[in-house]
Amino acid sequence: MKFSLLVLAAPYSDQSVGTALRFAQTLLQQGHEIFRVFFYHNGVYASNALSTAPQDEANIPRQWQQLAQDHNIDMVSCIASALKRGVLDESEAQRYDQPCHNLIAGFELSGLGQLVEASAQSDRVVSFGA
Amino acid sequence: MNKKLLIICRKPPYGNSLAREAIDIALAAGAFEQDVSLLFCGDGLWQLMAEQDSQELALKNHGKALAALPLYGIDDIYVQADALAERQLSQNELLLPVKALSPAEITALIDSADTVLNF
Repeated sequence: MKFSLLVLAAPYSDQSVGTALRFAQTLLQQGHEIFRVFFYHNGVYASNALSTAPQDEANIPRQWQQLAQDHNIDMVSCIASALKRGVLDESEAQRYDQPCHNLIAGFELSGLGQLVEASAQSDRVVSFGA
Repeated sequence: MNKKLLIICRKPPYGNSLAREAIDIALAAGAFEQDVSLLFCGDGLWQLMAEQDSQELALKNHGKALAALPLYGIDDIYVQADALAERQLSQNELLLPVKALSPAEITALIDSADTVLNF
C-alpha cells in the first residue's frame, strides 16, 4: 500500500515524532511504499540541520535524513511553516537576506500543494502530532 | 482521480496556530480542485463565530480565512450538532452556512471520506 505521513509536532517536545519515524520504518520493513513525508506546523523543526542532541539521545533530524537516503523517500517541509520557524534553505536565505541556511540535506521546502498531491496519490495519509 | 478529503477542526481559533493551518490545507486543496469538506467539532466551533476581533491579539482574523472557503469551491461545511447546543450557539451566529450533524451522521461522513485529517 502507498502511504504518506503528515508530521505536525516538534522533535524533542512530542513523542509523536518518534512514533512517526518508527511507523515509517515499520511500513518499509513490511513492504509498503512511502510516497512522501510532509512536515507542517512545528514538525518542520525535524528539518533543522543544526539540531544538536546530547550523546545519549537520538538525533531525530538525522534519523529522518537516513530513512530518506536509505529508501529514496520524498521529504518536504512546508515552506511557510519553516521560514517562520527559522528553517531556511540556501535560496530562501538569500531571498530574505539571512546570514545562513540550515535545511538538512535530503529535505526540500515546498508548499501545501505537496500535501494535497500526497493525499491524492496515496492510499493512506497518517498524521502525527495534532 | 479526485478523492474526498475531510478536515476535522477541533481547535479554538486563537491560542494555537493549528486552527489556521488546518484551514490553509483546506484552501490549498480547494485551489487544486480537490473535493474538500470540513467538520467543526467541540471548541472548533468557535472558529465559525461571525463576530471576531483579533486586533488585540495581534493575530490575523481567523473568520476572514474561513470566509474565503466558498471562493475556493468549499461549500460542504459541517458542525457537530451536540457541540453547537453545548455552547448555546445557533447557526445564525456563524459566519458561513453549515449543516449540523448528529453523531451517526458524523460517523457516516468520516466513513465516506478517502482521507481524514484531524486538527
